[in-house]
Amino acid sequence: MFKRITLRQRSNWTSAFLMVLPFMALYVLFFLYPAFRLFNLSFYEAPLIGGEPTFVGLENYRRLFDDFFFFKSVRNTFYFVLLSVIPNTLVGLMFAVMVVRLRRFKAPVLAAFFLPYMLPVSVVTLIWQWLLNTRFGVVQDFIQLFGGDPISFFSSPTWGMPAVAFITVWWTVGFNMLLFIAGLQGINKEYYEAASLDGATGLQIFRHITWPLLWPITALVLTLQLILQLRIFDQVYLLTGGGPFNSTLVTLQYVYRVAFQSFDGGYSSTIAVALFIIVLIASFGQIWVLRTSRRS
Amino acid sequence: MLDAPNATATRAAGRRRINVPGILGTLFTVFMAAIWAFPLYWAVVTSLKPEQAVIVENPSWLPIPFSLKAYIDVLSNSGLVRWYFNSVFTALVITVLVIILSLLCAYAISQVRFPGKNFLFFLLIAGFMIPFQALVVPLFIQMHELGQINSYFGIIVPQLIAPIVIIVYKQFFDGVPRELHDSAVIDGAGEFRILFNIFLPINWGITVALAIVTFIGAWNNFFWPFLIISSEDMMTIPVGITQVFDAFGVVYARTMAVAVLAGLPVSLLYLIFQRQVTQGIMATAGIKG
Repeated sequence: MFKRITLRQRSNWTSAFLMVLPFMALYVLFFLYPAFRLFNLSFYEAPLIGGEPTFVGLENYRRLFDDFFFFKSVRNTFYFVLLSVIPNTLVGLMFAVMVVRLRRFKAPVLAAFFLPYMLPVSVVTLIWQWLLNTRFGVVQDFIQLFGGDPISFFSSPTWGMPAVAFITVWWTVGFNMLLFIAGLQGINKEYYEAASLDGATGLQIFRHITWPLLWPITALVLTLQLILQLRIFDQVYLLTGGGPFNSTLVTLQYVYRVAFQSFDGGYSSTIAVALFIIVLIASFGQIWVLRTSRRS
Repeated sequence: MLDAPNATATRAAGRRRINVPGILGTLFTVFMAAIWAFPLYWAVVTSLKPEQAVIVENPSWLPIPFSLKAYIDVLSNSGLVRWYFNSVFTALVITVLVIILSLLCAYAISQVRFPGKNFLFFLLIAGFMIPFQALVVPLFIQMHELGQINSYFGIIVPQLIAPIVIIVYKQFFDGVPRELHDSAVIDGAGEFRILFNIFLPINWGITVALAIVTFIGAWNNFFWPFLIISSEDMMTIPVGITQVFDAFGVVYARTMAVAVLAGLPVSLLYLIFQRQVTQGIMATAGIKG
């Protein structure tokens, strides 16, 4: 009896190993190994491809701390995060509250808010480049209608980043809305009924029932958004290319520039390590802040 | 703002009253939805006009004069058809493989006892801390060493690693009553058979949802294909269409036709499979749906 169980266990082990092996092999080869190599490369002076790497110790990190463009890119990234994360969360919440109460037109309204999120980033940027086109863009017609002059959004140091952030909100707010809708639907209806029987106004109900009960979802949305937007590259690259005068250069784009335009494999890895650490600190920091603010 | 419960109460009391704030709220919501959808509408309208009717002072708000020339032009004079093929092919391969790889791995972690399981799960969770985007430099070097720049292998392989799909599957498998697995084992079924004959059919709904979300993600992926592909023949749709300006110069109807064609498959997928897309997005965001 004892022997039979061990045999079965053995065969279970074999099945289990066969089951995890394909994924784990890829995971180790194409995720963990590159991750190890990233840290390793950050201590070398190495071209992206070809040529021998030379060990330089902390030289790349010393260079990083003197690098004006690195710090500029970090500042720009956080500026983008500020302009995108909070509006994206608030507008997502607003749309969710608006959609949930609808009894008519619910399906088309939901689709209108959500559909942009389904599109590839380059479709989004092509559409907005056309809408904001300085000569023929339909948005410029509206600006002129209200007495303004046409704005060339993507070549203006002032408007570049806000425009990219606005387009990001248009593109991705549907995702946040969806999470908030799930959160709103999870709130027990009896709370609302009790509150309205007690004569609470809509705003009071929102402030004292919806908002606190929705907080776990709000915290989740904020955390997901922060981690996501710190890695901004696609929209910025496609809309402004980091310009004008590097006013929209973000950190991941700086990695791209050093690696794939200056072909510097070592230093670009150092910048990527710095980005990784920033994402890590920011996400742990935010989780900590959200936890404490929830307790108090 | 939240007058839905009020309205229910009113109806329950059997009174009929015109709810003015409610109607205004609905009107505002519909108005906002129209504004949100306008860029998409405008892209479609622009793409359905002849080029000369697009660059005028007061463009028509409807596709008048109507023309399909932009679509005919981009389908016959650009790499669009080729990029379509590349996108369909890579996204399908990625979807099928991600589902199979994650399904197997999640099942073993959830249902089978084997040495090293906890360590393996720890490795997986630890990986969440490393953003993929930080790894592109060593990954590119590795692909270059393997001779896989500008290849399907190069596009596909890094996208097969989707730990979140494993986590979601594991949650669903964990929710299956333990007796189902144990009684199948007593009946002499092997783990592979239990997975494909019992666990997969039970979790077919989430499998479809995850597959659709994976397909959309792979179709939309920009950053990695953009880095690994430089030859125009190998580009996927999102990367290829950024080249149309080079190909046509500044021509807006054609550019919008390209944008519409590139966004159409994923839009249709969403409109047809709304429920599954929603479920897949919720599950991968950490809300079990």
